[in-house]
Amino acid sequence: MEKVVQVSGLTHFYGENRAINDLNFEVNRGEVFGLLGPNGAGKTTTVRLLNGMFEPNQGEIRVLGLDPATQGAVIREKAGVLTETPALYERLTARQNLRFFGVLAGLSDAEVQQRTEELLGLFGLAKRADDRTGAYSKGMKQRLALARAWLTNPKILFLDEPTSGLDPEAAVQVRELISDVRQKEGTTVLICTHNLDEAQRLCDRLLVMRQGTSVAQGSLQDLRRLVSAGLWVDFSFLEPVDFALFNGAAVPGLIETKINSDTEFSAAVRDEKDIPEVIETFVKLGARIIRVQPREISLENIYLQLQNGGGLS
Amino acid sequence: MNWRKIGIIAWKDILEVRQNKSVVLSIVLVPLIILVIMPLVMLLVSGSAGTAEAFTGDPDLQMMFENIPPSIASAFANMNDIQMGMAMILGYLFAPMFLIMPLMSSTSISAESFAGERERKTLEALLYTAATDAELFIGKSLAAFIPSVLIAWVSFILYVLVLNIGGWSIFGSIWFPLPLWYPLVFWVTPAFSALGISATVLISTRVQTFMGAYQTSGSLVILVLGLVMGQAVGLIYLSVWIGIVLGLVIWLAAGILFFLGIQQFNRKKLLYQNAS
Repeated sequence: MEKVVQVSGLTHFYGENRAINDLNFEVNRGEVFGLLGPNGAGKTTTVRLLNGMFEPNQGEIRVLGLDPATQGAVIREKAGVLTETPALYERLTARQNLRFFGVLAGLSDAEVQQRTEELLGLFGLAKRADDRTGAYSKGMKQRLALARAWLTNPKILFLDEPTSGLDPEAAVQVRELISDVRQKEGTTVLICTHNLDEAQRLCDRLLVMRQGTSVAQGSLQDLRRLVSAGLWVDFSFLEPVDFALFNGAAVPGLIETKINSDTEFSAAVRDEKDIPEVIETFVKLGARIIRVQPREISLENIYLQLQNGGGLS
Repeated sequence: MNWRKIGIIAWKDILEVRQNKSVVLSIVLVPLIILVIMPLVMLLVSGSAGTAEAFTGDPDLQMMFENIPPSIASAFANMNDIQMGMAMILGYLFAPMFLIMPLMSSTSISAESFAGERERKTLEALLYTAATDAELFIGKSLAAFIPSVLIAWVSFILYVLVLNIGGWSIFGSIWFPLPLWYPLVFWVTPAFSALGISATVLISTRVQTFMGAYQTSGSLVILVLGLVMGQAVGLIYLSVWIGIVLGLVIWLAAGILFFLGIQQFNRKKLLYQNAS
């Protein structure tokens, strides 16, 4: 799989302060990769380093095969960035804002015009395109900032807290837009967020950061495994069951069991694929199952355990 | 160097400045007061009865007329006392006041352009663009330089019209501009614009707001006031040659400040200052 971002041994200091410490990760083409961590974790600094705004003190970075330290301008031409605040020129209209950033990205006048019309339509701003953006709502500003980031058909998109400060309705709208446009345009996306719900909904893989270091990384399932040995599944039965019989049976994929009452039982399995085996064993033992409920460990639980539990990566 | 990018940066900044009422108001009001209203009032008052006596009877004015260098005195040949008084005040003593125009407009526009980006939190998005540091710097500097020089030149045309039309009853001919104004307008004025911009750029990298940058760089007006005072007390008389030398000195000063400003204007420093 093509690697769009490759980071190895990345370390960066702000003066005496170590902002990033020995960071390693890769982002594959077409995936949504999340940098997850509290304020001060080093997410924004990482994005700045990837765009060649700073030179790293140590380590190696490749973005689209280019070195940001020496080819930052080329990377910024091929990438789109949504900063933490929409950072729009509020005395200018949406169309003027897009024209400004389009020309700076190296688009021709015809390309700027065509892309502006496409994006204004896609992001639901066509009717207000000639209004000054200072008169826009927060949600509209964020949508325009997203449109600006997508202006150049970027090969990679960096989104820094894309729903920060938005009301829930606007946040859902922005999230859906990111999902839709990403699917339509096949863009690789790197999201910085401390919004766990957002990360869970949008990201294929995550890097959990704390104070500039990597705490863990992988898919949500990979991270679940880091904090819990397996997937817990709760079973309820119509009548009391002799669980000793079940514990005596050899069930593939079973890691751990727990008897909650004579009609309730929990089992930890390696993953979802092992659940039918457990059900089959119970059925063979004559148990009458009325409910099977896999226990989802939310990203929030994983995140809190990782942040509090120290380095697991 | 991509001139299309430089052009769009300047276009955007000029568009933004045009929407900023306080900047536009100050750019329009100052020339109107200094170059239209004040000279008109003086010309009207000088036409009234008793002015001639006031000029001939005032020992300070007489001493000023006697001490003017021969190069300037030759321009006053064949003028009566009122004409000479008005030519002295509006043609010579007002000349340094004209330099307030490029200085004020260049500092206010460049403060809006450089420090304003930081104040309105648009700086980071701008730095994430593919424009190089040099393109950003030149684009922003041109956005302040071109309008400030144009404003000064338009103000000069207005001043020429006011002095010749308003002073027709006194002079009865087209008497202005005097020769010293040509280097002043076409050589010293752009130099003062460049000085205002370079000083503001340097200051803007250290302050967080438009007002902070504007007020600090506005102290350059002391230079203009120094010239006004120097002329009033007979220490210096602006002439074509002094204009050329003055322009050269100001261009040099602006060049040095620009060099220092370019050193400060890079993404890394700007982002560090933004974060601090």
